[in-house]
Amino acid sequence: MKAPILSVAGFAAAAALALAGCSAGGGEATAKASCTNTIVNKEAPQVTVWAWYPAFEQIVDSFNESNDDVQVCWTNAGQGNDEYTKFSTAIESGSGAPDVIMLESEVLSSFSIRDALVDLSEYGAAEVKDNYTEGAWKDVTSGDAVYAIPVDGGPMGMIYRQDLFEKHGIAVPKTWDEFAAAAQQLKDAGGEGVLTNFPTNGRAFSQALFAQNGSVPFEYDSTKPTEIGINVNDAGSKEVLEYWDSLVKKDLVTTDDAFTADYNTSLVDGTYAVYLAAAWGPGYLQGLSDADEDAVWRAAPLPQWDAAAPVQVNWGGSTFAVTSQAKDKELSAKVAKEILGTDEAWKIGVEESALFPSYTPVLESEEFAQTEYPFFGGQKVNEDVFLEAAAGYEGATFSPFQNYAYDQLTEQLYAMVQGEKDGSKALDDLQASLEQYAKEQGFTLK
Amino acid sequence: MATTIAPVTARPPSPTRKTRPDLKDRRRQRWGWLFVAPFAVVFLAFLILPLLYAFQMSLMTSTLATGTNFVWFDNYAKAFTDPIFLGGLLRVGRFALIMIPAQMLVALAAALVLDNLSTWASKFSRLLIFVPYAIPVVIGALMWGFLYSPRFGPAGDLFGLLGLDSPDFLAQSSIFASLVNIVTWQWAGYYMIIIYAALRGIDPGIYEAAVLDGASSLQIALRVKVPMIASSMVMVLIFALIGTLQFFTEPQVLRAVAQGAIPVSYTPNMYAYSLAFSYSQFNYASAISFALGIVVFIGSYFFLFLTRKQSGLK
Repeated sequence: MKAPILSVAGFAAAAALALAGCSAGGGEATAKASCTNTIVNKEAPQVTVWAWYPAFEQIVDSFNESNDDVQVCWTNAGQGNDEYTKFSTAIESGSGAPDVIMLESEVLSSFSIRDALVDLSEYGAAEVKDNYTEGAWKDVTSGDAVYAIPVDGGPMGMIYRQDLFEKHGIAVPKTWDEFAAAAQQLKDAGGEGVLTNFPTNGRAFSQALFAQNGSVPFEYDSTKPTEIGINVNDAGSKEVLEYWDSLVKKDLVTTDDAFTADYNTSLVDGTYAVYLAAAWGPGYLQGLSDADEDAVWRAAPLPQWDAAAPVQVNWGGSTFAVTSQAKDKELSAKVAKEILGTDEAWKIGVEESALFPSYTPVLESEEFAQTEYPFFGGQKVNEDVFLEAAAGYEGATFSPFQNYAYDQLTEQLYAMVQGEKDGSKALDDLQASLEQYAKEQGFTLK
Repeated sequence: MATTIAPVTARPPSPTRKTRPDLKDRRRQRWGWLFVAPFAVVFLAFLILPLLYAFQMSLMTSTLATGTNFVWFDNYAKAFTDPIFLGGLLRVGRFALIMIPAQMLVALAAALVLDNLSTWASKFSRLLIFVPYAIPVVIGALMWGFLYSPRFGPAGDLFGLLGLDSPDFLAQSSIFASLVNIVTWQWAGYYMIIIYAALRGIDPGIYEAAVLDGASSLQIALRVKVPMIASSMVMVLIFALIGTLQFFTEPQVLRAVAQGAIPVSYTPNMYAYSLAFSYSQFNYASAISFALGIVVFIGSYFFLFLTRKQSGLK
């Protein structure tokens, strides 16, 4: 029996080594091998970071060159849900998470409730609070706790095809009533496409449209983690859905799924004359192929329900959080605060990654406001549209089961556009399913 | 596993070994274990241990707000009364009713035709029918996603030639048929090979006898060949049944382009996946997986029992 035992032991040892290699994300010895970037100062302790920003390597390099006491070891672990799935598994298994992780603000509660994030108020978050807009800071806090440092935001505006508007004599709509009229006008003029698309899988996009009409879907405070208020079937949201449902019924807008190859092509080939977008939208458009070469893009403020009292909303935007698996929390917090907390880093962030900063020293700078964008024929879109939208954004509260809430929203919106139920019924059903889920998960409803 | 070990550890009765059986036997066993060890270690580490761990997880609850508790079989009680899980089971049941006969008919027809041909065309056709199976399931589903796309797919042009509007293959009403099509395309070739191999194993003398008795080739195919390959057909049926009850990859991939028509809980496996990885309910997801495993086991056993005559088990 000697040989087999040896081979078993040998195999087990090899397997253990392999597993250790996989899971030791934060270990200094093994982490060096898995960095995407090159470490400048090999003596300094390393902090592992997961992030998917475009051109992030330049930002990491710039950080590593200017810091002797800490080095960032960066990995791109996928975008959005791909990364969250890995993070979620790492939390469950108790190892394998990075020290610092890029998260969208909407999922912070979902991870903080699992004790996966460090409260940064103990690590000097207050010092940098003034560097961020109020709305962005509210997005990362819950009660007194600060679960992340804001990075970029997605204030919303309306990106439209000026050439198509002019061709059909359509004026740029300022209110949703005008927007509906413009959609009718485009159809009557025999335009090939539609004014815009209303995706049933819009998730945060749909939520932003509701928020513009006064929806506050969740009340949640991590200091009372078992209490939640759910109110997704308010009158404002119902008005928004009924508005879109009527446009859908009249064939004035399409209901294609967002973020598919079909949708991407429709965005840039003139099928949709309007792209209701966040500030990161232009960057997204530029990355798409098959664009119509004659397209003339312009940006305008998002249409309003009441032009006299405009409401600004936000779609997306991300942050850096420190995970509870971080080896050195102090050092990790420093990385979270500083990696995109300097003017130099943001120069790269704005110019190379087309990020829209929540970092006020850049956001409020004259240079940022006056930037002319070749994509928009030289229009200063920040000054015209997005800065105002960012300044007016007041922040939002997300649920600790946001992914479930969005999946349910998608199902209800799909049922609505299929004609199975009206918008009001869809939201009532959504409310019922979320309340039931919250109870199953042990929450008390406020 | 049993079949792997049996030849190594079996003790064939042999008169010469009766003199000192223990020593020789033990030596033989030692070598047997040695040969089995690499497999056994991997099998234990990556199948049995995770299964035990998952089973243990399925006996506990862990909610977002209240933490982890041991609850015995509460999760199973919940699973078998969960309308989403039961709805998913019903859906894969419907898939099984349509998809398995479709695959078997295509596979059987192709195998019978190929068995009758003996030209170079038959070898070539055999390859062509088999090729979809060689394409990874994810790639195949992605590819069909594009073929079904109203913008990139060929359907728009084909129907356009006839002056018709192309149907939307990704709509709620047609997604079922679209998925049946993908699976049949992918698996019929594989089942065809199994059936074809069984057909080649039949003694051609039987056909001669049938011809002498005045049977037409259609009669030979249906009355002679099909009954003689019944056990292979049963095997194909069991493969297809297990695969269909665990339906996951195709709808999961196609969901990327049809999120409305394919909700996250479309099949029990997709439900377990989203529970675990989107909603972080690992305990309930484990229970759902085991519950599905029980259903698959009972379903397969039931079918084996029903077809025990055809499969030669009785």
